[in-house]
Amino acid sequence: MTDEANGEKKSPRIGVFICHCGSNIGGFVDVKAVTEYAATLPDVAYATDNLYTCAEDGLNNIKESIKEHNLDRVIVSSCTPRTHAPLFQRTCEAAGLNKYMFTFVNIREHCSWVHMKDRERATQKAKDLVRMGVARARFLEPQEETKIDVTQAALVVGGGVSGMTAALSLANMGFPVHLVEKDNELGGFVRNLHGLMNTKKSAGETIEPLIDKVNAQKNITQHLNSRVATVEGFIGNYDVTIGGDDAEPKEVKVGTIIVATGAVPLVPEGLFGYKEHPNVVTATEFEELCKKKDIPKLKNVAFIQCVGSRGQKVSYCSRICCNVAIKTAINIAENRDNMLGVTEEKPAEAGGQAVEEPAADMKAEEGTERRRRRRGRGRREGEDAVEEGAAPSSGVEITVFNRDVMAYGVEHELEFNKAREKRVKFIRYVPDNLPKVTMKDGNLEVGYFHETLKMERSMPVDMVILSTPLVSQPDASTLSQLLKVPLGQDGFFQEAHVKLRPVDFATDGVFVCGTCRGPADIAEAASQAAAAASRAAIPLANGFVQAEALTSRVDETKCTGCGTCVEVCPYGALRKNEEGISEVIAAACKGCGCCGATCPEGAITMTHYTDQQLLAEAKAALEEG
Amino acid sequence: MTHHSKKKHESEGEWEPKIIGFLCNWCSYAGADLCGVSRFQYPTNIRLVRVMCSTRISPHLVLDVFEAGADGILIGGCHFNDCHYMTGNFHTEKRVGLMKRLLKEAGVDEKRLRLEWVSASEGEKFSKVVTEFTEEIQKLGPCKARTDDMVKAKISAADDASETFRLKALVGKEYNLLSKGNAYGEEVDPEKLGGIIDAASRDEFERALILELARIRPMSVKQLGMVMDVPTDKILRHIVLLRQNSKIAMEHPEGFTPVYKTIAIGGEQ
Repeated sequence: MTDEANGEKKSPRIGVFICHCGSNIGGFVDVKAVTEYAATLPDVAYATDNLYTCAEDGLNNIKESIKEHNLDRVIVSSCTPRTHAPLFQRTCEAAGLNKYMFTFVNIREHCSWVHMKDRERATQKAKDLVRMGVARARFLEPQEETKIDVTQAALVVGGGVSGMTAALSLANMGFPVHLVEKDNELGGFVRNLHGLMNTKKSAGETIEPLIDKVNAQKNITQHLNSRVATVEGFIGNYDVTIGGDDAEPKEVKVGTIIVATGAVPLVPEGLFGYKEHPNVVTATEFEELCKKKDIPKLKNVAFIQCVGSRGQKVSYCSRICCNVAIKTAINIAENRDNMLGVTEEKPAEAGGQAVEEPAADMKAEEGTERRRRRRGRGRREGEDAVEEGAAPSSGVEITVFNRDVMAYGVEHELEFNKAREKRVKFIRYVPDNLPKVTMKDGNLEVGYFHETLKMERSMPVDMVILSTPLVSQPDASTLSQLLKVPLGQDGFFQEAHVKLRPVDFATDGVFVCGTCRGPADIAEAASQAAAAASRAAIPLANGFVQAEALTSRVDETKCTGCGTCVEVCPYGALRKNEEGISEVIAAACKGCGCCGATCPEGAITMTHYTDQQLLAEAKAALEEG
Repeated sequence: MTHHSKKKHESEGEWEPKIIGFLCNWCSYAGADLCGVSRFQYPTNIRLVRVMCSTRISPHLVLDVFEAGADGILIGGCHFNDCHYMTGNFHTEKRVGLMKRLLKEAGVDEKRLRLEWVSASEGEKFSKVVTEFTEEIQKLGPCKARTDDMVKAKISAADDASETFRLKALVGKEYNLLSKGNAYGEEVDPEKLGGIIDAASRDEFERALILELARIRPMSVKQLGMVMDVPTDKILRHIVLLRQNSKIAMEHPEGFTPVYKTIAIGGEQ
């Protein structure tokens, strides 16, 4: 506590509360001896022990003692700050003490529970730990948490399904949204597609209502043919320049930003005869052919899965390709879009359709029976496996070469079964022995090693569809640098926590959804978008953000503007001001201390974890107590 | 045991290692908590200090604590890609690299500094790490910073060297240089950069030690060379540079040999 009038420092008045925690500490440490010892330490004005400091009477004891003994610092020596610090900090605040004037000393998890067989040394260690806490507490300073106003508008980058869904969610909550799309129309990657999984509607028909809603929503300002050019600021206060292809750059102010820039399919250069032989196309190209109704008559189709993924050109599994292949295989088998060269007036597989109509229970029963028989079990004598069940779709042979089929989830598993009912063959290959696409006498052929028969086989095909993974946008790194958010090893945007914060970035105020954070199907992308919108709406709805008090601080007289701190900060929480000197954006700083440990001039200190505090604490352990 | 003076312990052979652990709040500290909750026992020698991230641990914190008499220091952080602050522990690893280089220069066994990644779920690992580390320090014996002035001076020089602009900037940028390339987008060869940091560490340490020794009493190039076991031509080059930077001054030559004395800055003696 400083005596402002004299400008002199009064010596601190520290209160030490040592907990028995029932017998958890008291059973292995002589708490009375530690308390007596604590009372002898410099600047300790009061020391006492409690059976349970976290119980009502323990907390009241702290509050009363702060007043009675005029304490300006409180130490609780008990369990772990990770669970109990907030409780004791609130207690201090209730007694009018700044919560940063509180120090925790852990003598349970780090002492009594790990030295249960040596009471004497455990007691000595507890004394040392208390002495360390007191040494630290002497240098504590009160800290203020500041509120920062938020611009109640959002920016959504990307006008695909995720971007539109996120923008619409925020706009429907009443927040103005700037939606930036690099193409001249909304829709994103889905516009390239023809059919979608689990719906008979075309891709266009599916997303049209969404586009209509976005167009009708007055809160959404669309920026087509545009890209984000510059981003300045931090959560609640971003100044963004949106650069148009032929329009003047526009400046907008937003409080939060959602990244929904999508992904692109890998072009399988040099793989499986792509671009080398005719009729070897990617799954996306096949969709485009379907859209154009430009498919050659198909008799024999081979899909090759995991083309370029899972350790070839990229390391990951693209998740959606198995289901896309199953969907496309069923469409071919059902002769959608006249893929088999039969006129649409006379669908060749009325029989095939009829099979999927029966009541669910019956269908399931039949399906099981059929699968059992197809595996060659229980086949009745004289019965020909080929003739049972659904007609093999006008004789078209569909083979899916796969490493393993990932038809995850209930609906995809059903589709997988449906494909098998339609006699789509799934043949496994191992990564060491990839199928080969060759031309033999002017005909396309797929050679493969049959893992069950253990022999080389080949089959003539008239089209090979390569399932290539979704990969990150080629310009993802540009946006990542503008927003100071990370890309993972695979080039996709990396969320703050893989499980608990799936649509947040570590940087506050910026969020991510859709395929720019990894392959996802439309439903998943839409869910993520709704999640990101609701996360992004929190600061907008509050109208303010609470800045952390545990931040770094720059000593402007020492800073030479070398910029090393700006480079190492993972949150973009440091920037250079007009004079070229670093300054901390308190709202963005998380208090990790990287900049402080890095600063070549020693100009950066961490509040509440200063060198002085940490060194006092550590060196106190080396003293003889 | 700590009631007696340290020297007495050593003479009586009852010396007990003093070990400090700096643990990050999110992984290692939580791992140490779990270790306690699970009642995994370990020796009583270690005293733990909590920081928010292992990246907070500057070389100065570690070297100053060694200078103050620690026999061993453990730094605990999250496993790579688990860091609560994304890339903090990658920087920690580089900084520990510098600390070890400087400890080596100072003649302190680098095994006295240990970096371990302990997650919040690795309670048992924490007890194993502490037990092993304590045994290791027990074998190495006391660090002697409190009893041997030369050891103290060398650790102090290592500390000063770690605070120089050159080393802090090099090591501060090391992780980004290796992971993202240099300012021109070129890849940086880890061995080459490592070599640069090695050389810089040695030079900065030697200069810091010259200042440390010449602070106590004026010394000649030859004397410094002998005490430091560094060739005199190198000492002379260091002195030329230190004189340019007004850190050392020539004083009353004894006979024909000039001696040098460190210039005190501010309130420094």
